[in-house]
Amino acid sequence: MEVIYLYDGSFEGFLCCIFDSYANREVPSDIVPEENASFTLFESRFIATDKSRADRVFRKVSALSGEAALLLSRGFLTCLEHREMHLFRLVAKLLREGPGFLRNLADETLLPVLKAVRHLEGEAHLLRGFVRFSDYSGILGGEIEPKNHVLPLLRSHFCSRFPNEQFFIYDRTHREALLYAGAKAIIVPLDRFEMAQPDETETSYRRLWKRFYDTIAIKERENPRCRQTRMPKRYWNTMTEFQSEDYFISGQCSKINQHTDILPTVSITAD
Amino acid sequence: MELLEKLTILSDAAKYDAACTSSGVRRGYREGYIGNTSSSLAGCCHTFSADGRCVTLLKVLLTNRCVYDCKYCVNRRSNDTKRAAFTPEELAELTIGFYRRNYIEGLFLSSGVLRNPDYTTELMIQALRILRETYRFNGYIHAKAIPGTSPELVEQLGFLADRLSVNIELPSESGLKLLAPDKTKGAILAPMKQIQTRAAQGKEELVKYRHAPKFAPAGQSTQMIVGATQDSDLHILRLTQGLYDRYRLKRVFYSAYVPVVENTLLPSLDTKPPLLREHRLYQADWLLRFYGFRAEELLDEQTPDFNPLVDPKCSWALAHLDFFPVEVNTADYETLLRVPGIGVVSAKRILVSRRAVRLQVEDLRKLGVVMKRAQYFLTCRGRMAEGLRFTPDSLLLNLIAAERPALPGPGIEQLSLFGA
Repeated sequence: MEVIYLYDGSFEGFLCCIFDSYANREVPSDIVPEENASFTLFESRFIATDKSRADRVFRKVSALSGEAALLLSRGFLTCLEHREMHLFRLVAKLLREGPGFLRNLADETLLPVLKAVRHLEGEAHLLRGFVRFSDYSGILGGEIEPKNHVLPLLRSHFCSRFPNEQFFIYDRTHREALLYAGAKAIIVPLDRFEMAQPDETETSYRRLWKRFYDTIAIKERENPRCRQTRMPKRYWNTMTEFQSEDYFISGQCSKINQHTDILPTVSITAD
Repeated sequence: MELLEKLTILSDAAKYDAACTSSGVRRGYREGYIGNTSSSLAGCCHTFSADGRCVTLLKVLLTNRCVYDCKYCVNRRSNDTKRAAFTPEELAELTIGFYRRNYIEGLFLSSGVLRNPDYTTELMIQALRILRETYRFNGYIHAKAIPGTSPELVEQLGFLADRLSVNIELPSESGLKLLAPDKTKGAILAPMKQIQTRAAQGKEELVKYRHAPKFAPAGQSTQMIVGATQDSDLHILRLTQGLYDRYRLKRVFYSAYVPVVENTLLPSLDTKPPLLREHRLYQADWLLRFYGFRAEELLDEQTPDFNPLVDPKCSWALAHLDFFPVEVNTADYETLLRVPGIGVVSAKRILVSRRAVRLQVEDLRKLGVVMKRAQYFLTCRGRMAEGLRFTPDSLLLNLIAAERPALPGPGIEQLSLFGA
């Protein structure tokens, strides 16, 4: 009988779906987060998240292949359509055949996951450079619109870059934020978020950067296609050098306070 | 003068330097400091300018005042242009302000020659010291060593910077004499040699004392201008190879000459920069560094310049058809790398995958092989791609057709020029 598994959207929840599939000796026709579930004719079942079961699945995969375990956790962060089923099939094949097939990089079960993970890692690599921070009274804040869940991959880089700063990166696509303060970093869901207004120092730095960006290009070598291949337009939205004029004018400074008190409240719950 | 105007003048004056990389050194978190260097070996691009070049460092001159009068340079003494100078404090503060906002990976500091090379280098050292010591900056610094600077100052500079570079400027000494009368080959090569020797010593010291300070840990690079003199591609590539072999350079950059001044010794002002030629040189440079090619294999006295229509690797393959086809399932890494359309990444993937299965033609595209080029040069299990018919003559045309869409816009215009 066809059945769709629903889960809470967490990685642990997804691992529990794999666990249940083996426990019930059935192959789900799809695995979807509960909030994305749409009405279908198939029977659907909610799989509760159980940390110890999730750990058992992940330990089993890790024992068979460390590489597969990394693909599983990274693959879950990608924007691959039906990523859960792709990952499910990967784990199923691993349990059935052992890790040998992982060496065949053209393998039909492996390839879609591999490509998606390369896409995720590529996007994270680009964003390490493309993230733009603004200084709001000493706190650095930036926004991104990635296709994949890149925040977990950006965390260690920015923490080692700015160990003595407080900063946050807001992911508009997945509505979550990476917060860092007092040597602690967490990623939290954040439904509503609006950037504060910049002060005079901030806008003067924005103007300096924009000017530098415009000056550094050599007119005789202009090559818009090359630029766009290496820096796709979808990233431009959150980059200082491509903002419209009012981005470079300072607004009312009173709004900054909104954000200065976000950080301390959240960082207390961090441990 | 306002900071905004200074920045405009001094980045405009620095933009013809091609090098903008933050690669070659991985340095993580350091207690009490700000910054790291990229966790990726390839460095980190923070944006791409309208000409498609990666921008990773704040690339500026300390000053564009200069006592030299190099004919090809915008900053030459005799040029009537607006002059400015950063104070060391100003520059350090600007760098940190940009770095905290993640605009940049670090600083690329060069300078016109103010009074003399030593005086200029001292100012540069002062700026870098403020950055490293007062602001406790742990990010990337690339500094220019100015030919003619005394060795003691180059030494100090090397302990503050991650990468040093000395520009070779023009590919031949005759070119230097003609266009850069204040510089000599000897003055350029001396600091290069010093940097190489000092870096090698540094490695030995590191073995003995783990915390010995590092001298230019990301090595050195250089740049030369292409198209301002009559030098052939073969000459340039041989020089490049010599620099990699003898001076252990990390990179050699080429900069297509952009006419900035009217001078009878130089190409006229309406000359377009030879971008396609520069592109071919970079392709060949890659073949030297990662593909095990030697300059003499790619060009010789009979054909001293690259074919504008196909890339250097295809040219080589066309001249060595007896080397092919290569059997993908058995060929070694070096042989795979010689196949047009197979790169370092896809060659490694082939090596991994063929331990698990015998590869078929259909698998190759999935591994990232560019089949529109590679198909003519390889077999899988003894067979070529199905339905493939070609003669040595049609092969060249097919390869030209395969590349054309990938060439940059200006390149296509240049193609017709070369054809004429």
